[in-house]
Amino acid sequence: MPAETGIHCHDVAAELSSAAEGHVPLSNATRSHVEACLRCQADLVQYRKLLRSLRSLRTEVLQPAPGLLPEILAGLEHAGERHAIRAVLHGRRAAYIGGIAAATAAGAAGAIVLASRSKRLKLVG
Amino acid sequence: MPAMTTEMDELVARAQEGDRAAFDELVRRTHADTYTLAYRLCGNEEDARDVVQDAYLRAYKGLKRFRGDAQFTTWMYRITANCANTLMGKRHKHRHDELPETVEDTDLARDPAAQADAMALRQDLSEALAELSPKLRAVVLLRDVYELPHEDIAAELGISETAAKVRLHRARLQLKEHLFPRRGEVDRAS
Repeated sequence: MPAETGIHCHDVAAELSSAAEGHVPLSNATRSHVEACLRCQADLVQYRKLLRSLRSLRTEVLQPAPGLLPEILAGLEHAGERHAIRAVLHGRRAAYIGGIAAATAAGAAGAIVLASRSKRLKLVG
Repeated sequence: MPAMTTEMDELVARAQEGDRAAFDELVRRTHADTYTLAYRLCGNEEDARDVVQDAYLRAYKGLKRFRGDAQFTTWMYRITANCANTLMGKRHKHRHDELPETVEDTDLARDPAAQADAMALRQDLSEALAELSPKLRAVVLLRDVYELPHEDIAAELGISETAAKVRLHRARLQLKEHLFPRRGEVDRAS
């Protein structure tokens, strides 16, 4: 809380927490405050201890119940099968739609041919 | 590049080409790690199992989108965080948040005498983490334990980067106050 720096402890709290990570240095104004403030010095040390402890949790791996792995693999198997079925159905649907399109095109072509023939017959008659 | 990473990269490449066995092997190698994060985020085994299951299904379906600019495990952390966030959001709609059980420490077979202080601090830390709200806990775990960048955390939790930073600061402050209570607070409590 030293008043000489014009900065109060609550002004630097967020910066202390970020600085404890070690990537970003304290700004000059904050450093001046911390050098003169025992409370903020203690806070900085505590943040560093906290972050060290949190990082150490990374190496701890909880062992899941033995059933979890088969459960995940079975779920993937099921999803894989559904995907395969969907792919087959999609393929069939594409063939079906293609067939209808081809039949429609053939029908239209036939109609055009018939229409032109009947026109020609009328002209001859 | 470490041999383990190269092996993982090869498995990822094979899985991306449609090799299911390769993906199953990735699951075998990473599921305990993924489960640990899910358990820490959810605070109970049942939800953690659902989250892990969902996370691997999403990873399997989206594997082609994985560009390999991060490790596979890091990518799984992001998906797990997203799945846990979705699940916790649904839970929140249905009931008030309950205080989760304390996250258990695993026995790492270390020398108990040498590690006593650190273990005690970790135990306190586990309790303090369990007391955080799920929103604050997610941010501090992803940033300070799993070291994800702020922007990735924000993206997976569906919040702005600024909001993620604010939550992180609040979470750290609450954890610090739990672990290192000021003298006056201890006196009042005792």
